[in-house]
Amino acid sequence: MNKVRKYDFLLLAFGASVFLLLHALMETEIIGAFWQLNIILACINIILAASLNLINGFTGQFSIGHAGFMAIGAYVSAIMTVKQGLPFAIAIIAAFAAAAALGFLIGVPTLRLSGDYLAIATLGLSEIIRVCILNTPYIGGASGFMGIPHLTNFPWAFGLMFLTVYLIKNIVNSAHGRALIAVRENEIAAETMGIDAAKYKTLAFTIGAGFAGLGGALFSHYFYLAHPSSFTFMRSFDILTMVVLGGLGSLSGSIIGAIILVFVSAALSDFPEWRMIIYAVTLIALMIFRPQGLLGNKELSEKMLGLLRKKEA
Amino acid sequence: MDSSSFLSQFIQQMINGISLGSIYALIALGYTMVYGILKLINFAHGDIYMLGAYAGFFAASVLRLSFFPSLLFAMLAAALAGMAIERLAYRPLRRAPRITALITAIGVSFFLDYTLILFVSPQPRTFPAIFESEIYRFYGIIINSQQILIFAVSLLLMAFLTYVVQCTRIGKAMRAVSYDTDTARLMGINVDKVISWTFALGSALAAAAGVLVGIYYNSIDPLMGMMPGIKAFVAAVLGGIGIIPGAMAGGLILGIVEAMASGFLSSTFRDAVAFSILILILLFKPSGLLGKNTREKV
Repeated sequence: MNKVRKYDFLLLAFGASVFLLLHALMETEIIGAFWQLNIILACINIILAASLNLINGFTGQFSIGHAGFMAIGAYVSAIMTVKQGLPFAIAIIAAFAAAAALGFLIGVPTLRLSGDYLAIATLGLSEIIRVCILNTPYIGGASGFMGIPHLTNFPWAFGLMFLTVYLIKNIVNSAHGRALIAVRENEIAAETMGIDAAKYKTLAFTIGAGFAGLGGALFSHYFYLAHPSSFTFMRSFDILTMVVLGGLGSLSGSIIGAIILVFVSAALSDFPEWRMIIYAVTLIALMIFRPQGLLGNKELSEKMLGLLRKKEA
Repeated sequence: MDSSSFLSQFIQQMINGISLGSIYALIALGYTMVYGILKLINFAHGDIYMLGAYAGFFAASVLRLSFFPSLLFAMLAAALAGMAIERLAYRPLRRAPRITALITAIGVSFFLDYTLILFVSPQPRTFPAIFESEIYRFYGIIINSQQILIFAVSLLLMAFLTYVVQCTRIGKAMRAVSYDTDTARLMGINVDKVISWTFALGSALAAAAGVLVGIYYNSIDPLMGMMPGIKAFVAAVLGGIGIIPGAMAGGLILGIVEAMASGFLSSTFRDAVAFSILILILLFKPSGLLGKNTREKV
């Protein structure tokens, strides 16, 4: 217990120092607008990747419909700030709640499916969400929701990113998290041990969807608009690539995967046509040569604590 | 809307639906065959369909071939592409978890799309008019020659596939491998070769669908395969994945339902309808309309 507290404290201190460092660099404009954009984008992507990892990596439910929940968050938060004139904090909470509620509603029936079927069903669901948005004039329909205030700044993005990662880390390391992992490893065996697999799968799906909504809220309030074409299954695959690159079942892997891909695509901003090819080749090569991703299901933090000690293999 | 115009609208959408459905059915056959053997959702199958359309475009506009040679050229090219993809991307993963293979398939799909974009630019292209279009009218119902062509070619190809699967040695081997891969291997069947053939056949059918769509809509683009690819998968699931007549039936049903949805509701809801069907079928009859219930072995 004591060790955990100390570890959490270290993590908080680490997060705070990274934040202060980056914030200071941004305030003094050592980090220019272009990289500032990419850092905020990295924060949003870490939220999305970490939440997808909770579903795909830790619970073993292969969902590829994350963009749908992101869209819900983006639109709900935009309705809150633009149409209702509420503060951003409330909009974010509403985005989380709406996406989580939808995740729950969708999760209960579809989680009876497994493997490929669940994947294709979640993909279908996110497309249904998108088509519904496309056909709702109240939120702009096909031309997108415009005039969203630019409320996402670095403190918001970093703060929420840190909160998301911290909460997901604690979920995974709790008794509930162990149950999730048990379901991933062998659902039938987990059931035999008295774990209510359906409950835990729904739980992971709900929480994961909620955080995706949070990411969506940050996204729409950073780019001034929410457009149905931002939330196609390409976006879901983007997030999936980050998770798989980092390692399914590794939270620090998701963070690293998200950061790498954001900066790879930033570096390739002059050659946008190469970006998706590189993503695709990354995915194929990873699956053939290192299917567990960069970190497998290990966490970087184990090594971080023993940084001065000799690295273990 | 009075009853006679409703009826003619209904029949009109039925005709549109059957031609759209034949396309879905042709693509769905490839999914179902691959899934039947490898238990892999070949996400790249929609892109093979797109490659087929481009191969047909190349044959018709650069090589100046007429319709049937172009179709054959496209089918051959796609068959080779399908075999190459299987050899390079899927075969190394034969023993890997299914999710790994699924992610690879997604990767292959993007690779094909965006590599093609690099070469041919993302702009849509006009498909050359290698099949003259004629419009027939019966009591206000319009049928054009392309729709008849799509239907005829699809029927012919489906009959051919049924013949191959039911009456030839390779078809028998395919059925054996799909029934029980390990036993088939013990019986002396070269499983790798059978899988290669499965990919070749499925890809050729998808390419034919691509060329037919090119002729029907006169336009092709590098991302044209994504939506039809996923919908053809829906069609395969609808009919019962792994079952060849199921894919044909599922494709036709999906095409007709979509045409009805766009005719009577709104064309923007078309995609939503297809996915709603998918979710309903997965919830209530996951083995598909023609499938038998199987219990999961513990």
